[in-house]
Amino acid sequence: MQVIKIQGSDDTPKVILDANPAEPIFEISGRSLPEDVVAFYEPILEWLDDYAKAPLPQTVFNFKLEYFNTASSKLLLDVLLKLEEMYDNGNNVLVRWHYPDDDEDMEEAGEEYADIVEVPFEQVSYSID
Amino acid sequence: MADLKNKQESLDFVYEFYVKMKKNNINLAYEGEITHQITKAFTSLTENNMTREQDYNSVQKKVFHVMVECLQNISKHAENRNSVVSSKDGRGIFMVSKGETEYNVTTGNVVKNEKVDDLTRILENINNLDKDGLNLLYKQQIREGRLSEKGGAGLGFIDIARKTGQKLIYSFLKIDDEKSFFVLTSTISRLKD
Repeated sequence: MQVIKIQGSDDTPKVILDANPAEPIFEISGRSLPEDVVAFYEPILEWLDDYAKAPLPQTVFNFKLEYFNTASSKLLLDVLLKLEEMYDNGNNVLVRWHYPDDDEDMEEAGEEYADIVEVPFEQVSYSID
Repeated sequence: MADLKNKQESLDFVYEFYVKMKKNNINLAYEGEITHQITKAFTSLTENNMTREQDYNSVQKKVFHVMVECLQNISKHAENRNSVVSSKDGRGIFMVSKGETEYNVTTGNVVKNEKVDDLTRILENINNLDKDGLNLLYKQQIREGRLSEKGGAGLGFIDIARKTGQKLIYSFLKIDDEKSFFVLTSTISRLKD
């Protein structure tokens, strides 16, 4: 499968989607307030549709966001719904939601998503220092 | 001579404007189109100021959140009035003021009168909810709401109310039979919560 690798910027997240069986990486991190959220997330959702046809034995998807706007929150849910669908189809999927240990809002955002989607969900706090 | 008088008046106006801004602790005031570039510039400017002021990290994040949602509201929903060139971005006024204990983010933009009732209902509903109620509404909206053509998720006001923990202060001033001016102020406490 093709690899998606997008460098992060001050308004778009870093995205790596790499289904290389030796060293798979599924990650969205950084800041998300793209000018056009749909255009930004569309290729990511399409990639996941493709990947879902023949996923690896295990998919660990990491979210490590510093900030996202409400328009992005809707698209992030779409990403999570794709993962839920894969899980529903009997695949081994784990979502890891990373948040800075001093950022209650980002922790709550993770809890909220965990409530909405039915997929194994792990909250991981990290320290910025 | 008349020209000179006008120029003097305009200089006086600048000073009055300056005094009023100082008196109301206004850090940033803008009127015009709200583009993505403007949003990025204002948020990063305010971030730098807050870092210099050593505001708490949590306060900085909340102000950032509120600014982005407010600016995007104008950019996506404002009616462009008297615009010579048609533009995809809405215009309005945007202000940030800083007091001893709080930041205020204020937006003002033109809306069609026919939208006033709906907007009032949405804002009143949000103002009547507590934190749990807002969380429920957010979850319902993110699940059921559809992204509008302009990329709005219908979550902005709810998110501002959740992040600030304060009521949304707003008013609609009637311009004419078709349009009103919508003013919204969000308050973010500078104290640690």
